[in-house]
Parts: sequence; structure tokens; C-alpha cells
Amino acid sequence: MIIRSSNQLPRAAVFERFPVPRSLGVSPESRVERGRTWAAPAGATRVKTFEIYRYDPDTGRNPRLDSFEVDLDDCGPMVLDVLIWIKSKVDSTLTFRRSCREGICGSCAMNIDGTNWLACTRFVSDTRKRATIYPLNNMRIIKDLVPDLTHVFAQYSLIEPWLKSKTVAPETERLQSAEERRKLDGQWECILCFCCTSGCPSHWWNADRFLGPAVVLQAWRWLVDSRDEATGERLDDLEDPFRLYRCHTILNCTRTCPKGLNPGKAIAGIKKMMLERRG
Amino acid sequence: MSKFPTRPLSPHLQIYQPQLTSVLSFAHRLTGVILGVCAVALAAWLVAATAGPQPYSLVHGFMQSWLSQIILAGGIFCYFLHLCGGIRHLFWDAGRGFELRTIYTSGWAVVAASTVLTVTAWFVSSYLAR
Repeated sequence: MIIRSSNQLPRAAVFERFPVPRSLGVSPESRVERGRTWAAPAGATRVKTFEIYRYDPDTGRNPRLDSFEVDLDDCGPMVLDVLIWIKSKVDSTLTFRRSCREGICGSCAMNIDGTNWLACTRFVSDTRKRATIYPLNNMRIIKDLVPDLTHVFAQYSLIEPWLKSKTVAPETERLQSAEERRKLDGQWECILCFCCTSGCPSHWWNADRFLGPAVVLQAWRWLVDSRDEATGERLDDLEDPFRLYRCHTILNCTRTCPKGLNPGKAIAGIKKMMLERRG
Repeated sequence: MSKFPTRPLSPHLQIYQPQLTSVLSFAHRLTGVILGVCAVALAAWLVAATAGPQPYSLVHGFMQSWLSQIILAGGIFCYFLHLCGGIRHLFWDAGRGFELRTIYTSGWAVVAASTVLTVTAWFVSSYLAR
């Protein structure tokens, strides 16, 4: 089927996951074991099961997949509401990040039913019969659904995401024409939830050196900013077999972005800019 | 702090749902590798043809088996999938076709076109060989 926007769910999926062993290439401490089942409260009529990734650093045990039976009549409509319901009514040790509950902070980004999205903007009714919730992919896990984002934020700081100008600062604001400002649309809306970066196979294999779609999209945001005067230096920093060119136009990023942005297109824009300056 | 020296890495390939985008990208890589192997087979066939009637009939006889025919059909499909996928990549390199709808339309077009081209190539070549 044709997907028109990233919030569109597939009507039918042939594969829920790639037909590979669950432990393929997984180091011993990262293997996910079977966890326990948390039964629905007595008297619940509309029950739905959520399989949730759990990891507790204090036990010294491996991550595990717990099943929670959730009473949908007692719970809000979004996946985040389910997590909050579990935390307040079933298991208070369930750990996850959340803040705005309206898709603008990017805290509750996680892997829901095999693709990355914000828990606060995904309806429970849109999830599979047995919904699965994992933390963002290919991240070191601090606890349960909380990934360590230090590395991706370090990558973000590498592109120096601030206005760089050599000319003397003007007395008033640095003005832009409407046309110049329009170039930032589709770039500034990024909330740095890292759904795209953690869903990018190229970043799975080369997270240490490839910057990932979210960060390269932000690099593009500063490259197309008419007020920024460091375009050359920025391109110099990106011109690297790994930092930029490990993007192989897989485009999982564009498919999964919860804000409907297009990192794939931005990366192609940078590649073109590189070619153009070489002449 | 964790009792483990390193924190566990969350699963990625093991749990991520296959998307048309990622499946076609993997397929493009895989068909590239297969075509590399097929190039060796093609060279072996040409070398046998130049070496004389006896080596050629040996290789030709092997090519007639049903297993070889299936492998040949698969190789032709790989060729067309890689060709069509390559053309799609050329459009992307020119900065075109990045809207999600276009990505999916061109993706399915690649699958459909390579299937049609494989079937056409197979029947045209078996007609000519007759």
C-alpha cells in the first residue's frame, strides 16, 4: 500500500519483524528474556495486553519482556495513558520519560509495535492486538523505557547548532525575507525525539561515526539559514565518509518521523550542496 | 549504577518492523552481492564457450537442470531489481522524489517493474532460443 504521511499505519503487515533470530548479534547482557504477566484488576471487562520491555540496573539481571493486562475502561486513549495507568495502578517501578503529553517535547519517543513514535500521540486503538513497547532502538538503556541519549546529543553538539556570524552584530534583529524564512520550515519543527535516528539501520551499524538523520537534519537547518555565515565550515565538518555519507537513502527516517518531517530530503540537500560547491 | 560494566543495548533489527523503505534498501544491497556472484558464473559460461565444444556442452548441460533454471530466473530478477532500484537512487541523488507518497509509489513501481521485466525477459529469450 502507498503511505502518504508518516502517521498512517499499515493496513496489513506481512512481517511484524524481520525473520531473524531474536538474539542475532545481541551481546549477552542485552538479550531480552521472558518476564512476568501482570493480571488485569478484578472486574475489568475491556482488557488489552501490552508487552513492555523492562530493565532494572539494580537487580543485575537481563532485560525482560513483561505482559501487562490493561483495563481500557479505566484508562485514557493514548499509549502514554496506558503507561501512566500501569505506573499508578499496577507497577510503580515502570520507568519512562514523559512531559508535555501533546507531542511537542519528544520525551516519550519509543518503539511501539515495531516502529518509533511518541507514546502520547499514538492511539491505543491503533496498536496491535498484543501491543509491544520497546525503548528507542540501539540505545544503551538506563532503566525500562529510558534510553541513554548522551551519545546522540553529543553528536548534535558536534554540528554546533547555533547561529554563527562573522559580521558585526546589528543594532536590531537579523532580518529575513519571507522566502528565506520559508527555507527553515520542515527543519525547525524537529523536537529531537530521535525516533528517526534510532530507526535508521545505517545508524544501527555505525552509530559511533554516522551522525544519524535527526542531527543531519539540524545541520541542514543551519546550512539553509540566510543569517548563518559558517556554511563552508559546516560543510567541511560534514564532508566525511561516515558523518554524512553513511546515509544510504534507506528513508526509514521519513517514514517514522512523528512530526511528519523529511530528514531524508534534508540529507539529500546537503549531498547536493557538497557537489555544487566542488563545482 | 548498573552491576553490569555496560548497560544493555535496546534491540533494533531484531524487533523493528520491516518497512518498504528498509526492505528495498536491504534488497538493493543483497542483489548487488548476488549479481557479483552471477558475474563470475557468466564469465565461467563465456570461458567454457571459448574453450571448445566439450567444456561448453558440460556447462550447457548443467544450465539445463531445473535448479540452474531457477537460479537463472532469480539472477535475472536480481538484475532488474538492482537496475530499477538504481534508477530510483539516481532520482534521489538529484534531490527528487522524497515525499513519502512518492517514496512508496516509486518503491512499489520498482517491485512491479522488475517482476514484469523478469517475466518478459524470460519468455522473450526462450522464444528466441527456440
